[in-house]
Amino acid sequence: MEIPYVVHPRRDTGLYNAKVGIWLFLASEVMLFGALFSSYILLRVGAEAGEWPTHLLNVPIGTVNTLVLISSSVTVVLGWAALKVGNFAKYRACQTITVLCACAFVGIKSYEYNDKFHHYQVITKDGKVFDGHLVSRDKEAVVLHGHQIDASKGKALGVREASRHGDHGKEIEIKADDIKKIDNYGPAHNTYMSIYFTLTGLHGLHVVAGALVIAYILWPGAGMYKTDPERYINRVEVSGLFWHFVDLVWIFLFPVLYLL
Amino acid sequence: MHTTTADTHHAGAHEAHHDEGGFLKKYVFSSDHKVIGIQYGLTALVFLFFGFCLIMAMRWQIAYPNTPIPLVGGLLNGLFGDLATKGIMSPDLYNMFGAMHGTIMVFLAIVPLAFGAFGNLIVPLQIGAPDMAFPRINMVSYQCYAAGGVVMLVSFLIPGGAAQAGWTSYSPLASTIPGDGQTFWLVGMVLLITSSLLGAVNFIATIIQLRAPGMTWMRMPFFVWAQFVTGFLLLLAFPPLEAAGLMQLADKVLHTSFFLPTGLAVGGNLANISGGGSPLLWQHLFWFLGHPEVYVLILPAMGIVSEIVANNTRKPLWGYKSLVYSSLGIGFISFIVWAHHMYLTGMGTKISTFFQTTTMIISIPSVIILTCLFISLWGGSIRFNTPMLFALAFLPMFGIGGLTGLPLGFNYSDIHLHDTYYVIAHFHYVVAPGTIFGLLAGVYYWYPKVTGRFMSETLGKIHFWLSLICMNLIFMPMFLQGMAGMLRRMSDGGAMYSVAKVGAIGGLSAAIIKLNEFVSHAAWMLALAQLPFIINFFWSISNGRKVTSDNPWDATTLEWQTPTPPPHGNFTKTPEVVRGPYDYSLPGAPKDFVPQNQTT
Repeated sequence: MEIPYVVHPRRDTGLYNAKVGIWLFLASEVMLFGALFSSYILLRVGAEAGEWPTHLLNVPIGTVNTLVLISSSVTVVLGWAALKVGNFAKYRACQTITVLCACAFVGIKSYEYNDKFHHYQVITKDGKVFDGHLVSRDKEAVVLHGHQIDASKGKALGVREASRHGDHGKEIEIKADDIKKIDNYGPAHNTYMSIYFTLTGLHGLHVVAGALVIAYILWPGAGMYKTDPERYINRVEVSGLFWHFVDLVWIFLFPVLYLL
Repeated sequence: MHTTTADTHHAGAHEAHHDEGGFLKKYVFSSDHKVIGIQYGLTALVFLFFGFCLIMAMRWQIAYPNTPIPLVGGLLNGLFGDLATKGIMSPDLYNMFGAMHGTIMVFLAIVPLAFGAFGNLIVPLQIGAPDMAFPRINMVSYQCYAAGGVVMLVSFLIPGGAAQAGWTSYSPLASTIPGDGQTFWLVGMVLLITSSLLGAVNFIATIIQLRAPGMTWMRMPFFVWAQFVTGFLLLLAFPPLEAAGLMQLADKVLHTSFFLPTGLAVGGNLANISGGGSPLLWQHLFWFLGHPEVYVLILPAMGIVSEIVANNTRKPLWGYKSLVYSSLGIGFISFIVWAHHMYLTGMGTKISTFFQTTTMIISIPSVIILTCLFISLWGGSIRFNTPMLFALAFLPMFGIGGLTGLPLGFNYSDIHLHDTYYVIAHFHYVVAPGTIFGLLAGVYYWYPKVTGRFMSETLGKIHFWLSLICMNLIFMPMFLQGMAGMLRRMSDGGAMYSVAKVGAIGGLSAAIIKLNEFVSHAAWMLALAQLPFIINFFWSISNGRKVTSDNPWDATTLEWQTPTPPPHGNFTKTPEVVRGPYDYSLPGAPKDFVPQNQTT
């Protein structure tokens, strides 16, 4: 006996095997991201007043990335629809755009990550808090391009918030001997940055994985379109479902991390 | 399903091709569900034995604190150096063994045996499918499991040793113990979670899609239903632990503070962390998996026991539909009872009340299942073979385990019993003489299908009676110790809290502490009681009594309607299912059983 319903749907369920599989897999993915979103809520609710940063991230850049990802979801559907009616060239064009969008998304995200790793907060021994981009750092002094922030309102106020109020910052030199604590806005900075990097990092891995699968089907695996076209179209559909899920996660991530 | 001549021919060619593969292709990198099932089974049995060895060493330290362990003391000293000087188990080593005993038993022994081994071997056969829906994913699932096992084993040998924070790995303790044991634990867990995720997707898809013609939902054997619900539990409950694992890994490696509160002091010094995290968050995420996991452990065993009870009472299961709906009910409710493990965390009485209520509700379907199985025995002419003995013993043993859980589910009685030996006794009654007996019953029952030979009944009965007695001698005294206030996870068996040390009020009496020795001896006897099983298991492969037909137990379900052992592709022709799973002693039928694919 051979395994049935690999290509054609089963009559009573109306689905072929891989489609059942991907939906089940996505259900578990919902639980994975659901747990992280729940953790976000619990950490935010549990944070002390003034300690949870808002407007720390660059909203225009985030918006561009959202549009990039939404466009890629459209091209995935168009590509699949084109393939369904036998237009392989259009499918290939659309999916190429999808993969390019994925690369663009990861590129923009890397730029944002890089920015955070160069964004420093310095607390001096006399209790002043400075915040800004690292200009230089050696044994004697640290130079930041930024500003001093009002520690009485909490340490969470970031550069973006200050620049919204018209303060574009200046070069500040802090003696190494005066520094009590210096760290960048990496994952260890506070729980907001921790959950930010965990959520977007895990999502980024999903984008990379999804793009790799789509690219594999698109180029090295395209031979199957000649030998087993129906199964090939199913593959495109299943990878597309995964891609939509990845897109959907970002639709939740963007407001939660950038806007709220 | 359409089977044309061309298809049959192609299938035949495929089988031939499969058989031609070399040893590696056939036994190591096989995608055949039966081979993968056997791989899971053997690996899990080895881990079951290894986990048992860990606790046997710990039981010496509990019974005779700070004295050299006989036989293996030198070995431990050689392996762990300072952690076992002169063969004496240090508290660190005790914690390590305790944490790994729990982890190995749950994630590397019982679940893989119940779900990976029996599920893989039996589910496709019982629903009349040629294989799992995704054979290669099935193979990867086993490989992830094996890799996770290797990571866990290697962690014993790294500097600082394995994880020490219990199988629950509560933060901040787990995140602040020096050494990389916890990091290895988390990496191992991510691999194991990946494995069971792939397995769960595969099982559910297989059961939905690959049922043979006529195999409607209500004609599925109860074992398949149990595995179906188990699959959903693994699919939906494990990802939150994966998320929690990633966060704890970040705490450990990237120095984040997901689970570390502000002002945390380690070793008397303020920890160099940002703080702001929540230790309760870990517990919520852990038990969101942890409680459904309990039903992952028990449901497959209930499924196995149901099959064996129906077969050996020679009558249909009483209340098949009740069993099915109860198992579905357990599945749903198990997702909303998790915080009954956390009554003492200070999460508040309102939340405790909610979880106390749901916990009482979930005991209803469990009791329905047990009651159905008990009533199924009524009026049957029971065949007392070895699988049936284990299945019968499962019922009262699981009953004791389940009923003793009720005082733990009520938050006021839990205040006294929490984290005592009572808890250990309770869940071991569910898992050891409960689930493990169910699984052993399955081994004896399906062994002839896999090997074509029976296991020895004599050795089997010796194994059964000794195990049953020892299990009760081990766990029954623990109820007493727990009610007397003896806490778990103490490396000296409670000697620090004896009347001699702390005085009569609040101290543990000499009689209670003396029970430690009794329990330890019973545990070592249980190990000896497994020798007949181990001998039987290997001896019977080539020397057991040969089966005279493909259906040696006169069973109705489809796994017995194939050749022995089943070929690649399982069935020589697609079975057409025409009846329910347990048509035993059907009035007017020529024999006392009618297989699911036979019309009369």
